Formats: sequence, C-alpha cells, structure tokens
Amino acid sequence: MAEVVLRCEGLRKAYGTVVAIDDLGIEITEGETYGLLGPNGAGKTTAISMIVGILARDAGSVTIDGQPHDVHRTATKRLIGYVPQELALYPDLTGRENLHFFGRLHGLSGRELRRRGDEVLDVVGLSDRAGQRVRTYSGGMSRRLHIGVGLLNRPRLLVLDEPTVGVDPQSRNAILDNVRQLAGQGMAVLYTTHYMEEAERLCDRVGIIDSGRLRAEGTRRDLVTMLDREDEVELLADGDLAAAAQALAELAEVSAVDVREAGLRLLVAEAGPNLPQILATTGRAGVTVRSVQVREPNLESVFLHLTGKALRD
Amino acid sequence: MRQIFVIATKDLRLHLRNSTLLLFGIVLPLGLAVLFSTVLDDPGGGFQARYVVADEDRGPAANAFVTDVLGALTAESTFDVQRVAAATEATRMVDRGAVDAAFIVPAGFSADIAAGRTATLRVLGDVDSPIAAYVAREIAQSYATEVRGGRLAVAVTVAGGGRVDDPAGFAARVQALPPPLTVSAGSTADHELASRTFYPAGMAVFFLFFVAMLSVSTILAERTTGTMPRLLAAPVRRPTILVGKLLGGVGIGLVAMSVLMVSSTLLIGARWGPPLGVAALVTALVLAATGLMALVATAARTTEQATGWMSTLAVLMGMFGGTFAPLARVEGLAVLSYATPHRWFLQGLTDLAGGDLRAVVVPVVVLLGLAAATFSLTLLRIGKLVRP
Repeated sequence: MAEVVLRCEGLRKAYGTVVAIDDLGIEITEGETYGLLGPNGAGKTTAISMIVGILARDAGSVTIDGQPHDVHRTATKRLIGYVPQELALYPDLTGRENLHFFGRLHGLSGRELRRRGDEVLDVVGLSDRAGQRVRTYSGGMSRRLHIGVGLLNRPRLLVLDEPTVGVDPQSRNAILDNVRQLAGQGMAVLYTTHYMEEAERLCDRVGIIDSGRLRAEGTRRDLVTMLDREDEVELLADGDLAAAAQALAELAEVSAVDVREAGLRLLVAEAGPNLPQILATTGRAGVTVRSVQVREPNLESVFLHLTGKALRD
Repeated sequence: MRQIFVIATKDLRLHLRNSTLLLFGIVLPLGLAVLFSTVLDDPGGGFQARYVVADEDRGPAANAFVTDVLGALTAESTFDVQRVAAATEATRMVDRGAVDAAFIVPAGFSADIAAGRTATLRVLGDVDSPIAAYVAREIAQSYATEVRGGRLAVAVTVAGGGRVDDPAGFAARVQALPPPLTVSAGSTADHELASRTFYPAGMAVFFLFFVAMLSVSTILAERTTGTMPRLLAAPVRRPTILVGKLLGGVGIGLVAMSVLMVSSTLLIGARWGPPLGVAALVTALVLAATGLMALVATAARTTEQATGWMSTLAVLMGMFGGTFAPLARVEGLAVLSYATPHRWFLQGLTDLAGGDLRAVVVPVVVLLGLAAATFSLTLLRIGKLVRP
C-alpha cells in the first residue's frame, strides 16, 4: 500500500471576519497526483501556502511523511518542492545561478549541487540556455525553469500552484508531461488549477474547492457519478433514422433516443464501452453514420452542480 | 550561518549587476566629488586672500603698518601680500581682479599721525571677493584702533598730571609695541578636511544612504516579484532571510565606499588617513546606514511608501549632516548635524586626519550603537519585511 506523504486535517485560515479556508482536509499518497480544482479566489493559494509552510494556519494540522509540519519546521520543508503561481526567479541571474541558489538553500553543495542542477536543466530542456540570464528567456522557458527549481531537492511532495497560467499551449503540454512523469517516479503531487481539462488529464484524484471549503473529492469517475447523469451521444447520420432509433431503444444501455433533422441523439449509461454496439445497430438498420460525438458529464458539470456557478466565473 | 552567506552572496551578485545601484553608489558620488573639488573653494582651510599694498608715505607709521601688520600676515599661508610703488597700480590690480583688496597708504600718513591730525588709510576691495575685502577692512580698522589707543594713552597721561617729555616719542613707542592683530590660518585647517577629501567623503556618505535604500528595497521587491514565497517555503528561518539580505546590502555598501575611496585618491588626490581607522569608520557607517534604512522600511505599508520615506530621510540627513558643506561653521546646524550618521563619519575622518587612531573611537562607537539599535528593532519587526 502506498504511503501517505501529505495529510492535512481541519485547516482553517481567516482574515478578520473573512474565512479564507475552512475545515480543509487532504491526503495524498506517493505517486499520486491530486488536483485542487476551483475558480480564482476559491482559496487554493491560501490552502497551498499553509500546506507548504509559508502561511501560519489558525487551526488544523499538516504532516509530511508523518512528521508534523508548520512555518517553522525546516526539516519537513526539505521534503517539499514548491512551485508558486507567480514566476519566482531572479531575472538578473542565469538559469544555472537560479538553480544553484535555491539548491544551496535546500542544503545541496559542491558536486551534488552541480550534478542535480544539470539534471534539472536537462529535464526542463534548458541545458543549452543555462548560462544566460533569465531576463533573456521567453515566457515558456522561464516557466519551465520555475518548475525546475521545485524539483531540485528531489521532493517527496511537489506542490504546483497553477503552473500553467499564462503559458502557451506547447509549454503547457510540456509542463503537464513533466508533472505526469514526476508522479510516475513516486513523488506525491499537489496541483492546483482552475482549468478543468488539466485536472481531468493529469490528476488521479480531484478535490473541488469553493469559497474556502472542499466541496467534494475523488476520482473523476467518482465525481461524475455523483451527478447521476448519463453520457450524451450524437450521431450525424443518413438513412432510415426512425428504424435505427427503434432498434437502438431496445438496447439495455440506451435510455432515450431522439430523432433529429440530421441524425440521432442518445442518452447512454456509459458511452465508451457501448459505442461499438450502438454503431453496429445503426448499421443493421441501414443508416450510414458520418460522425459521432460523445459528451460525458465533466468536472465542469460537477462544479456547476456542486456550487451553482461555472468554474471560470 | 551558511544560508545567510548564500543569500548575501546572491544579493551582492545581483547588486553588482544593478546599473541603478552602481550609478548611485559609484558614478554619481565620484563624478560630483570630482566636480565640486575642482570648481568650488576649499571648504575647510580654503580661505585665501591676495592683497596689495601701495606705500606712498614711507614714514614710520606707514612702515609699522606695512612691515609689522601686513608682514605678520604673510607669514601665514592664508594671505598673500604684494607691494607696489603707486596707488594707481594697486587700484588697477583690484579692478582686474588680480588681488582681492588693496591697502593704500597716502603720502603724509605718518606725519598726520605724529601731529595728531586725521590720517587716512584707504582700503579698496574687489566686489567679487567680499569676504577677503571685508577682512582687509578689518585689518585696517584694527590698526587704526591701535593708533587711536596710542594717542589716548598719551592724552590720559597728560590729563592725569603725568609728565610726558616727548609726546611724539611716547606715541611712537606705543606704536612700536607688537602687531595689533594676528591671524592664524591653522585654526580652520586643523578641524576641517581639505576639499579633495571633504567632497569625496561627503558625496560617498550622502549616496551611501541611497545604496542602502536600494539594497533594502530588494527585500520588499522579493515580495512583489514573487520570490519571497519560494524563500519562505525553503528550509530557511525567517531571520536568516532578513540577515542574509541585509548582509548583502552591507556588502554592496562596503564595495561602493571602497571603490569611491580608491578612485578619489587616484583621481583627485583625496587623503583619507590611516587605513585601519578609515576601515573601522566606513564599516560602522555602512552598518548604520543599512540598519537605519531597514528600520524605516519596516514602518511602510508598500514598497513605494518605503522608498519615498527612505529617500527623503537620505536627503535630509545628507543636508543636515554636512555632506555638502561643513556645518561646523553654523552653530545651530552644527548641533543638529550630530543627529546624523553623516556628521559622525565626517567628524571621524576629520579627527583621523591628525593621524591619531584613537580619534575615531567615539564616532565608531556612536555609529555602531546606531547600527545595533536599528538592526535589533528591524529584527523585532521582521514580520513587516519577511512575509508572503
């Protein structure tokens, strides 16, 4: 059984009368990527700040690898790699100088520091630009180095706070691939985002946060199941649509069929595994299918269902 | 401790790559020091007067004035007195600005004095040298007072029933007494630095506070640029971050001061005094400047506010601390200047010019005391600077 790397319970933070985080509890095991999904202002960064030990909490507890953790514990901070939302680099230092500086703060030195710095530069694809000042880097390159700094100390827990904000699609893909790779190496990853696609693509489990409270958490499938909503399949087709609709309605997994002007619309319990049977049935009814579109309930729908507002409000 | 040096070294490297900081720390102070010391008078032992005397009388009273009074002045390097034969030539020299003032002793001057008549000693001053001309008038006035004193002595003796067999001889003996006034140029030179040292020192200390301001501003900038959260998340204690950053500021302050001192020595011949004493003074000054600026920054709510307060303080302290002119000459301001590190530094340098290392003890202790107090208060208010 995988070990729990991060456990936080009952986290609370208030600023005067405004409660930013209320009774937040998260557990992440090694090799797991946990996504904290919520709109801007939901409390993601405040939660992250308490977890990494930047911000003192009002209540609750955090343990890293079983050790109590707070703002003053340097021993547990050594286990964390933190990638803040804003670029946290010194533009007038070179890429390598930035890495070496933060590496030294984490206790690396000498040959180990140089080796680890080179490894990270290789991972983020900046080996050839390492000697140039960060000021000369493109946005995507800076963002990659920014993430690289979080990897220097081979953390047990990697915390990434919206690492793809303001990043071009190509760099975003590279970042997501990197994160997936790191989790594959046994690192526990806490990833905050307000991009539903990223959470769906990257995270083993997702926590939905809004107004400082964790509204729900689980795998994508767990969360979607909460909606008790079926997948929607739209077939663009020619032929005897009425006959095809009749045949499809007899399938156990299909709960409803509508005949539309240029095709059919079906509600299916789980579209993916049943799609071959649906297409075979329409074929037998003499209908030619020109395109298929499957719309599954997604995390956006879950968020809307749980909070009554859209994720990007 | 290692982490303090890691942070300080990183900051020092960044400071050395910061053109604004180098402009304020080295280029501006050095440029202004060279300019001021070249263009302006020596603020300390710098009073110089060039006089000419035309003795058309050549009698004993005229000779007493020219030889005893003006002759005594020429013994001091402050005064330069030339002799010319005619009043017209002396007048021409004043008009040309070749001298600051002319003394003209007209023919019959000694005879008038001996006969008890009114004698005239003319002083012509150059309008562009008001101080030197004023001093010339005072010298002449002093001599006139002395002559009157001689006459009075004779008159009182006679009126009191005493016998004066030879009134003219008596008056002459009175006038033959030692010169009525002495001027010492050494008094100012002993207490103020020469311009070639004063201006580099003044500019260095003035701009050092801007260097300190810029280095302290980087603590606040770590917050606005986003690196502070990363520092706070690293396994580093918060006082370590603050001390490391302040140490980086002290480092760049020392670098700037050292470069300025060496450059001004080579370029304009500044003389700083015994290296050990100077090093102690400079180190104490840099610590005090950094501590003071850091403390000011803890009181501000925003980076802009902090920068505004720090720069205002730097300018005011520079002005009242005597970095542009030696305020020891102005009584009220002289007292006020002791409230600034600038004054203690300049005072220390001035006292050190005599070559006695013990002279810097008091200024160094005062500056270190200020540094200790401001650093302590800043550490107590660490949450105002080192926070996400």
